[in-house]
Amino acid sequence: MPILKHALAFSLVLFFLQQTLFAQEEEKQPRDSCVWCHLENEEEPEEPAHAMQEDIHAENGLSCVDCHGGDAGLGFDEDEEAAMDPAKGYIGAPEKKDIPRFCARCHSDPGYMRRFNPRVATDQYDRYKTSVHGQLLLRGDEKVAACTDCHGAHGVLSFKDPRSPVYALNIPATCGKCHADREYMAGYRVAKDVVEEYKKGVHGITLLEKGDQAAPACNDCHGNHGAVPPGIPAIGFVCGQCHLNNSELFAESPHKQAFAEEELPECETCHDNHAIEHPTDAMLGTGEESICMDCHEEGSDGYRIAEVLYAKIDSLKLRLSAADSLLQVARKAGMEVSEPLYQLNEANQFLIQGRTMIHSLSEGKVDSLTARGIGLAIEAYEQGLQAIDELQFRRKGLAVSLVFILLLALGLYLKIREIDSRTVFREEEVRV
Amino acid sequence: MQKSKHTHASTGSDDSRKSACNRVVAWLDARFHLEGLRTFFAHKQVPMHKHSIWYYLGGISLFFFVIQVTTGVLLLFYYRPSAESAFESVQFIMTDVHFGWLIRSVHSWSANLMVLSVFLHLFSVFFLRAYRAPRELTWVSGVLMLFLVMGFGFSGYLLPWNELAFFATKVGTEIVAVVPVIGKPLMIFLRGGEDVTGATLTRFFAIHVAVLPMLFIALLGFHLLMVQLQGMSIPPGVVKKQRRIKMMPFFPNFLLRDLLGWVVALGCLVAIAALFPWELGVKADPFAPAPAGIRPEWYFVFMFETLKYIPAKVGFIDGEVLGILGFGLVAFLLLCVPFLYEKTGGRSARLFAALGIVALIFMLVMTAISYLGGLG
Repeated sequence: MPILKHALAFSLVLFFLQQTLFAQEEEKQPRDSCVWCHLENEEEPEEPAHAMQEDIHAENGLSCVDCHGGDAGLGFDEDEEAAMDPAKGYIGAPEKKDIPRFCARCHSDPGYMRRFNPRVATDQYDRYKTSVHGQLLLRGDEKVAACTDCHGAHGVLSFKDPRSPVYALNIPATCGKCHADREYMAGYRVAKDVVEEYKKGVHGITLLEKGDQAAPACNDCHGNHGAVPPGIPAIGFVCGQCHLNNSELFAESPHKQAFAEEELPECETCHDNHAIEHPTDAMLGTGEESICMDCHEEGSDGYRIAEVLYAKIDSLKLRLSAADSLLQVARKAGMEVSEPLYQLNEANQFLIQGRTMIHSLSEGKVDSLTARGIGLAIEAYEQGLQAIDELQFRRKGLAVSLVFILLLALGLYLKIREIDSRTVFREEEVRV
Repeated sequence: MQKSKHTHASTGSDDSRKSACNRVVAWLDARFHLEGLRTFFAHKQVPMHKHSIWYYLGGISLFFFVIQVTTGVLLLFYYRPSAESAFESVQFIMTDVHFGWLIRSVHSWSANLMVLSVFLHLFSVFFLRAYRAPRELTWVSGVLMLFLVMGFGFSGYLLPWNELAFFATKVGTEIVAVVPVIGKPLMIFLRGGEDVTGATLTRFFAIHVAVLPMLFIALLGFHLLMVQLQGMSIPPGVVKKQRRIKMMPFFPNFLLRDLLGWVVALGCLVAIAALFPWELGVKADPFAPAPAGIRPEWYFVFMFETLKYIPAKVGFIDGEVLGILGFGLVAFLLLCVPFLYEKTGGRSARLFAALGIVALIFMLVMTAISYLGGLG
């Protein structure tokens, strides 16, 4: 009887083992006939099936049929057509002109999108239709970018993923796929060197070379789905998104009206648009590098203001530089000058504020800032002078002290010699 | 005539000064029985031989200690031991207090010179085998004082509450935690909590100005007493060559030489302190990332560097634990040197000298490696 019990137990174990192994075998087979067929059938491209493994849609539980329709539960028995039956909603791959609408079925549906992320935007399609890309596509130009050209078709990644073509650091390259291709862009009125120019500019260097994502990529100024060139009236607002103070000061300045009358783009006229150079003080004033001189002639009011503003900024800079050099000399000599150096930092803040205030073109406002900076720089310089005086005093004090110490040592040495000459040094027997 | 008059007058004033002095001595003598002490010093002799120069290192170390106590007390007038005001108070000492910069600079430089002279004193005593019987306890008290001096250095380094000191203390106290069983509680005791905070600063301050000085002065008193009782040791090598050795009276000949050494040391100290004032750095910010190049004070660097090169695991023991236990063992063996020497009946003199040289070279090489940027 015990043998029977053991045999029964053994068969039960075998049965469960077999069941488990069989189940695992089954797990290995794809349940989705689209994936199965695209991987197994040599005539079908494998790439979409592979790419979908990391796709954000797949991560959120969506599969091929959610976009392309059909029934992925059918079609395993070489009956592909059963899975791709239009009666089952199969629509296959959309044509280029239909792609935006294809994606918008879900992405423009707030009710549906809320299931995945309540804060996700659902106005991309509406914006796209207003963009130059969207307008041209609607007119039948299939060379322009649709959703998949920027985001990819299968294997779409979150914009936060560094591998995504729409990740901040990758955007210039993504836009550049078309906009940097002169041949491809022939026939369009846009400039063909925008990406090259952007890379040379302060924004491009900050984003692409320094990796600082606070710097704008193409979409930050042009918009992403509703991408358009900002145009002359709007450029000030575009730059003002980040450069708020400069933009507000400019709006209050006499330049605002003058630029409007001359139909000059606000910021771009002085700073350029894509190849924006790091601004220097030499751009101000009346020197060779001055951009004020592009419009203002000698003897004009503008010429005089440019000269005055430059002088104020330059004067503060010189004071700062003189104080800093002096304090550095004192610091290197071991003097404790952290307080005046801190004060100099504060004065430097006034220089930064003064440079921003240039956009107001107000002599009084610039002066109120530079004068405070100059006051602090003078105080720091005076403390530097005191530190140098103190250093000289210490050196002299040291020299005098050393003379006394030396004399004392000399006196002691002579005394030792004198005493030694009078001393009878005994000899003692020592033992190991 | 005038000259003889003058001579006569000055002799008179000398006589009156001498008698006043004698009266003070007699007054003190009646109360403190100084006669014995006077006789002792009058008869105290110091051997003169080619290694006599090393006898001065103890005196130089003592001189630096006196400087430390004096300048330390002066710094106490202005220093405030809290995380909020320690840095600012040292800054105030350096900028607003008259000669505060000099006092602080002398304190910092003298601390380092004291460590240097104590190390030199230890090695000279070791290589001249001055620790032999009956001077075992003089050696033991000296080694204990060396440990205390290192403790003074470690605790004092944090007191200005600057960035480098803060992070060096953090690393230093983390190493303490590695010691098995008692390490973690010891680290918490030293830090006054899990992290280096204001509580650590007040603790280190108390240790620096109260605990360590008390222990040090007791040991110093004992050490000096033993030196006076037993006199200077004559190196065995010298005794072997010379049966008779010339002796120098301690008072005033040797004492004046000591004094000359101190005056020279004072001159060097003042010159270094004035020409290279000790930097204050920037205030410690516990939330800032640790700056690059954190390194303890130079006399701990050889240990710090050694710990870096011990593999993470040596057999089943953690590399760092092994390193710390190793240094603990070396410290213990250092204390036991005279007893180990006696146990071998003095036959291991060459082995001891060789070990001393190896240790010295090891310390110098590890320190140099650290300052030259590590082994790649």
